[in-house]
Amino acid sequence: MNEYAVKINEKGVIAVDDTILVKDAECKAGSKILTGYKALFSAEAVERLEKKGYAVSGKTTVGEFGLDLVGEFAYGNEAEGALKGAAAELVAGGEVKAALAVDMNGTPRRAAALSGVAFLKPTYGTVSRYGVISCAASGEQVGVYAKGADGIAEIMSVIAGHDGKDGTSLPEASYEYKTDLPLKGKKVAIVKELLDKADEASKAKVTAFAESLKKNGVVVEEISLPLADAANTAWQILMCAETCNNVSRYDGVKYGYRAETYKNIDELYVNSRTEGFNFLTKAVILYGSDVLSKNRYKDCYDKSLRVRRVVADAVKALCEQYDALLTPACGKTAFDSYDIHEAFGRVFEQSAFTAIANLIGIPALSANGVQLMGKAFGESTLLSLSKSAEGKGE
Amino acid sequence: MNYEVVIGLETHVELSTESKIFCSCGGHSAAKEPNDCVCPACCGMPGMLPVMNKRVVELAVTAGLMLNCNINRYTTFDKKNYYYPDLPCAYQITQLNHPICTNGLVPVKTAAGVREIRIKQIHMEEDAGKLVHGGHSSFVDFNRTSVPLIEIVTQPDFRSAEEVITYLNKLKSMFRSGGISECEEGAMRCDINLSVRPEGSETYGVRTEIKNMSSFEAIERAIRYESQRHIDALEYETEQLVQETRRFDEVSGKTFAMRNKETEADYRYFPDANLMPIVIDDQWLEQIKANKPVALDEKAELYREAGISEKEIAVLLADGKVLKLLDDTVSLGVSPKEAAAWILTDCAGILRKDGKSFDDLVITPEKLSAIIKMVEAGTINRQAGKKVLIAVVEQDADPVAFCKENGLDRKVDSSAIDAIMDRILAENAQAVADFKNGKTKAMQALFGACMRELKGAGDPQMIKEILENKLK
Repeated sequence: MNEYAVKINEKGVIAVDDTILVKDAECKAGSKILTGYKALFSAEAVERLEKKGYAVSGKTTVGEFGLDLVGEFAYGNEAEGALKGAAAELVAGGEVKAALAVDMNGTPRRAAALSGVAFLKPTYGTVSRYGVISCAASGEQVGVYAKGADGIAEIMSVIAGHDGKDGTSLPEASYEYKTDLPLKGKKVAIVKELLDKADEASKAKVTAFAESLKKNGVVVEEISLPLADAANTAWQILMCAETCNNVSRYDGVKYGYRAETYKNIDELYVNSRTEGFNFLTKAVILYGSDVLSKNRYKDCYDKSLRVRRVVADAVKALCEQYDALLTPACGKTAFDSYDIHEAFGRVFEQSAFTAIANLIGIPALSANGVQLMGKAFGESTLLSLSKSAEGKGE
Repeated sequence: MNYEVVIGLETHVELSTESKIFCSCGGHSAAKEPNDCVCPACCGMPGMLPVMNKRVVELAVTAGLMLNCNINRYTTFDKKNYYYPDLPCAYQITQLNHPICTNGLVPVKTAAGVREIRIKQIHMEEDAGKLVHGGHSSFVDFNRTSVPLIEIVTQPDFRSAEEVITYLNKLKSMFRSGGISECEEGAMRCDINLSVRPEGSETYGVRTEIKNMSSFEAIERAIRYESQRHIDALEYETEQLVQETRRFDEVSGKTFAMRNKETEADYRYFPDANLMPIVIDDQWLEQIKANKPVALDEKAELYREAGISEKEIAVLLADGKVLKLLDDTVSLGVSPKEAAAWILTDCAGILRKDGKSFDDLVITPEKLSAIIKMVEAGTINRQAGKKVLIAVVEQDADPVAFCKENGLDRKVDSSAIDAIMDRILAENAQAVADFKNGKTKAMQALFGACMRELKGAGDPQMIKEILENKLK
């Protein structure tokens, strides 16, 4: 953990991840290319917490631009052994009360599942993205790690709400997050296609959670969502394209890392970026440029936008019949460190569980080792369902 | 063989907004030092997000209405990717898929007749910064980055340089008078797409593009040179024409190839997810329409009715800046005829004396109307008004303060004039006697003496009447 200051007060301390700006602190999104970049201002979410008297106490490492599984490829801080995720581990160990993280491709939801804590990726547009080192603007959102549903609800009610500095921020001034909605008669659907992708241990978590819900009078059924795979592919295409574009500003000219040797402006760009980005980011940049190129745009990027619409419609229809969708948060209950050359494929595989929520902007809660998704602004239902099973599923 | 020149234009116009298109930085044109007018957003710092400036949309729609365009109620922004050090994000925010205005029409009248130029589209976009090269380094100035532009794209409907220049002058006049753009040097830049074909041919010839032209005079020369180059190539096979981008060199008066279109970069356009689609609802559109400036020909009619001469109307319509000054002055409660006279006669006279043109005219409508009102109210006479005008035009003086400091604003009532007049008549007994003996010129001398005494204050008409009464 990369700490810049520790201020402790009675309300408990909050950590933020390295893609979220904190004024005067070095913010490098886990990348060498942003070495030495000090934020000129704090992210809106950080400002709101500080205004309410919360102490933002430290920064947690993330994998370069949040592109990896759970933060294993942070520049200068590569993980060894079992993968947990820095922020999730801090919350699990009780060192901070809660942590903010950017969910762009499911990273914090996986980390929460691996570390036994909870993470909510809220509805798109509810938390300001001002001050987030942006990669995939159309699906990333600041979310909250906490030990359980109540901790998440407390922090969310502080950070959510309209911000004029973010053009994608929704007009609602504030939101209410409840964890005690009556559960009797609620209906939850297990998504078969995603359950089938998970290993036995992950499946067992889903089953245990479902059993716990049933005891509280919740109806649990299995349904089919054949679009699940297409949703993942579409999000990976959009995410890579947007990331490729957003990291193109890191060119060694204005700030951050600049190569030591170059003969002209082209070499300055090429050398700085070659040395400044890791292998996974480069793969994403190449993939992203490819899907945006003239010859491929229609079949890749444009088609993904259409898939986004179709998936949104299908999930909306499901959410009219069910209060929440239940899936594994990731395909395994534990991961070990691995070679970065395998990262692109691994992330693609594991984001199958998380991509729907990024693609169409619905809320997704990773808790009790499983994932709950619901309709837009349905966070309270997810938190209430999750809270009923806290401490029982393990 | 006779050839026909076919030209299409892309014109970038810098909009007159108080702040940049996606952030609140303002006043870039007044910035003295490089990077005086920048913020983390227009510098593309990580974590900053673009927020749409509504005024840009309103000005773009107004321009669209002026050019008889269809206003698209749903409009979106796209990102255009390319690397250049003056582009801080390595992409430009522009409009590709859903531009704000489409399908316009502008009649252009030249000696050859009236030609209807079709406007393909108008889109909004941000400007880039600029590079300053010095010694062994290059420096980046982001003052101009994110300044709002509209790009007006025509169909290939022009057939001569005259038509192009007439069209550009028309845009300039309309945009200046309508408050869309100052259209100062460099704030209006053109890309010229040109091809040549045998007269009567239905297909287009090989097209070349001349980039980034801002002086109208250079545009005219470039078109003449480039058309002749194409004609020579076709007629005498002097060279093989290829589709390419060219640069006009003002010194040699020739164009030179920049790069081939075939190898042109793929800009990988895609929608900007940071900016939500803009929906222009009926209410907003009606509001913009209500504030839309009156069209030039309607204006001409209004001026005619107000008694302004045809010659003066022609001067007004040809220069949007003057037109705007006139309209703004009139809106402050001055009659159009009076305002036109002060601008076209008095201001023009002062400028001419200093070897300047209307482009150099620095006077706010507030100051001009203040002078005219003081004269109309008799607070100062016209002569004094002219003195004030000179001070305002040449030194940007404050009219009221200037009058006070120079003792011009003494409002002189008839009893004061009466007293002064009695004294003057007593002192000039000879002149009075001359007048009574039939020398009418003597009255002029008495009048002048009174004016001198009043130092230009006082209403001349009133003075004349009092004098006549006393001499009866």
